[in-house]
Amino acid sequence: MNAILTMIAQRLALGVLTLFIVSLIIFFSVSLMPGDYAEAILGQAALPDTVRAFREQLGLDQPAYVRYFQWLGGVFTGDLGTSFSSERAVTELIGARFGNTMFLAAYAALIAVPLALVLGVLAALYRNSFYDRTVNVVTLTTISSPEFFLAYVLIMFFSVGLWNGSEMIMGGFFPPIANVSDDVGFWERVYRTTLPAVTMTLVIVAHMMRMTRASIINLLASPYIEMANLKGLTKSRIVFKHALPNALAPIINVIAVNMAYLIVGVVLIEVVFVYPGLGGLLVDSVSKRDIPVVQGSCLVFAAVYILLNLTADVLSIISNPRLLHPR
Amino acid sequence: MSTKNKTREKGELVLRMRGLRMEGQADGEWHEIVKGIDLDLHRGEVVGLIGESGAGKSTIGLASMGFARPGCRITAGSIEFDGTDLMQQSEDYKRNLRGGRISYVAQSAAASFNPAHKLIDQFGEAAVQHGVLTKAEADRDAKDLYKRLELPNPDTIGYRYPHQVSGGQLQRAMVAMAMACKPDLIIFDEPTTALDVTTQIEVLAAVKDIVTTFNTAAIYITHDLAVVAQVADKIMVLRHGNMIELGETRSMIAKPKEDYTRELLAVRTYKKEEFAEANDDAPILKVSNITASYGKGITVLDDVSMEIHRGHTVAVVGESGSGKSTLARVITGLLPPSQGSIEFEGEILPSALKNRNKDQLRRLQMIYQMPDTALNPRQRVRDVIGRPLSFYLGMQGQEKETRIRELLTLIELDPDHFIDRFPGELSGGQKQRICIARALAAEPELIICDEVTSALDQLVAEEILKLLQRLQNELHVSYMFITHDIATVKAISDEMVVMLQGKIVEQGEKDVVLTPPQHEYTELLLSSVPEMDPDWLDDLLARRAAGEVVSTIASKPNA
Repeated sequence: MNAILTMIAQRLALGVLTLFIVSLIIFFSVSLMPGDYAEAILGQAALPDTVRAFREQLGLDQPAYVRYFQWLGGVFTGDLGTSFSSERAVTELIGARFGNTMFLAAYAALIAVPLALVLGVLAALYRNSFYDRTVNVVTLTTISSPEFFLAYVLIMFFSVGLWNGSEMIMGGFFPPIANVSDDVGFWERVYRTTLPAVTMTLVIVAHMMRMTRASIINLLASPYIEMANLKGLTKSRIVFKHALPNALAPIINVIAVNMAYLIVGVVLIEVVFVYPGLGGLLVDSVSKRDIPVVQGSCLVFAAVYILLNLTADVLSIISNPRLLHPR
Repeated sequence: MSTKNKTREKGELVLRMRGLRMEGQADGEWHEIVKGIDLDLHRGEVVGLIGESGAGKSTIGLASMGFARPGCRITAGSIEFDGTDLMQQSEDYKRNLRGGRISYVAQSAAASFNPAHKLIDQFGEAAVQHGVLTKAEADRDAKDLYKRLELPNPDTIGYRYPHQVSGGQLQRAMVAMAMACKPDLIIFDEPTTALDVTTQIEVLAAVKDIVTTFNTAAIYITHDLAVVAQVADKIMVLRHGNMIELGETRSMIAKPKEDYTRELLAVRTYKKEEFAEANDDAPILKVSNITASYGKGITVLDDVSMEIHRGHTVAVVGESGSGKSTLARVITGLLPPSQGSIEFEGEILPSALKNRNKDQLRRLQMIYQMPDTALNPRQRVRDVIGRPLSFYLGMQGQEKETRIRELLTLIELDPDHFIDRFPGELSGGQKQRICIARALAAEPELIICDEVTSALDQLVAEEILKLLQRLQNELHVSYMFITHDIATVKAISDEMVVMLQGKIVEQGEKDVVLTPPQHEYTELLLSSVPEMDPDWLDDLLARRAAGEVVSTIASKPNA
């Protein structure tokens, strides 16, 4: 067990180092963004003196490395600075949006992961059957379609509905816009975010399903599965007790990559459903050149990404009995 | 529990197979692999199925459970177990029999135990599912059986995971698992093939004990007649899916009826005619005080010194983990030693491969255990053999082509037929011949042969040994022959080196080492090699119990 704790500590330290490097990259690439916040806000007619004064007020007149260390010092104390445009604390802005993003990601994951595992296991069991082919074709189609397209198709069928003249045939099940605010209750929130969650599920399920299928098929050819058959065990016991535990490592890794996507890669879906998530905030801030918010959101995304991959590494190592129970 | 209350009278018919035919799929076509086999098996009786790979032994063994591997199918015949034809029964009926009334012991316990679960949980699994035992009863039975099979710490060993116990222990744990439901029939599919000889004895003793105590019928599958002679009441010899001969063990061994059986019986008797004389010439290879380890871990070679003379064959014997292959890696420069030196024809070889020049590399070649993996499947025979010719000797064009053909002729393969083939189009023995030709192409002084015959069928292996011997007589090349098989040592070596846990315990001329008095480990190793005598195992166990021969040695790790 000690070996595992050491390993986790090592990975964490490595994660912190990675995050530090990422912070450097974020900071300096954001400074490379074309245009200047002061000029953007004050407009082209602004007098140079006004612009200079405004820059001084924001601290933009200092050299980049000074600003970096100020920013980094702030990060350690939980202060990501103040938004240029709204003059609210960046942590406060990100906090609310991050909660929304996590909610939607968790919702989508709760649908997608079990669905992918079950579809994958069944596809492995009934390999090359009609079911297997259908599942493969359908999931591949959804993963190959652009996500905004999937979103609009869902909106068309489930909220706008199909109309025959002025008579609605079906539709109106879910709202086309996922507008949530703090005063929206939990179940109402679930209801309103169903369509975006389903869209995200459609995008990620194929990946996880196919990896589950491939890992299980690979294992079903192994001698201990033949042994389990020759012990007269039932098919479900063979798959869930004998194959799945040994197939976990690759599956966990694909799940982690897809979880990361759910959190950091869904800007388009947020835009389509006008959902107040972190991705939307990032896009807004980039267009407004609101540097502190951009840096803050990027750092949060990076941290999430690193943490998820770390979790996947640790879980897949723990799922290996050779490491969990050394000789 | 109706099945267990049934009287287990010896002699009652358990299995009756008639006209069994099976097909296997290869390249999208079905080929007949079992061609009409009849088999009767009575309670308390053990039948040995013997033959080379492809004979259909395992396929028939599995068919007696009503099971066909993916890519195989039963096309005709009947398999009556306890009076019911399994061919007419549903999958559920057969599943109920498997692991309950018929059980299976696989060749590699290490691969056949699920790595994710404890041994004792795997022991009771089938019994609990079939409703024969509760989990608590199964755990209790497991401990009893572990004790009976002389596993160390029988009360706690079951709570370990498969990777936490040794190969021999695992194989015995699998025999115990097969006994969980006290089955009427057990299929033993090469249960000792992957084990060292000293460990093989323990498993053989366990198998014999279980079968006699519980009056179980058993099918024992192996390619080794000497092994099957110890446990089987009758033997069926198979070849290409046909039955060649069926008979009572003793009479078959004393008086085989068929030529093929005679060949199998004679397989371990090959011996080269002339052994090289010991001489005072300078040795071609001199290994002095080598100590080596992998990483910072345990030392795998400890102060090893040995010599090989020109035209001689030195066999290096020992069990898995004794350091034989590591010694080869050190000599070839793959693993630089931490201490010691290697002299080749009087000159000190740089310890690391990358510091050796082309000529030093050329004079020392290797042949590997698995010809399948030692050949690049995408290269034709011409390229495999041609590469060392151009790399070491700078041959090109017609000269190279001519030499490739010469080499193929030398290893007794027709150049016109074989030069353009891919490894996938060759048999195991042919592949190993190509590996030999590749080594010879470099015109080496010394060839290290690492278990070159152990992946081959016995008759094929013997052909390879004869070829190597002929090449030595013609080319005066020296061999370092790494093996765990004493019969191979007896057949072709001039000198031998016995290794145990990274140390050389005994070395010298073969006949001297093989004749007592010997180091106790050499004695243990030699006495553990099964002989063609059906009484050999019983005698040996009796003599060991009486303390007349070594049964274990202090420094030997747990089997």
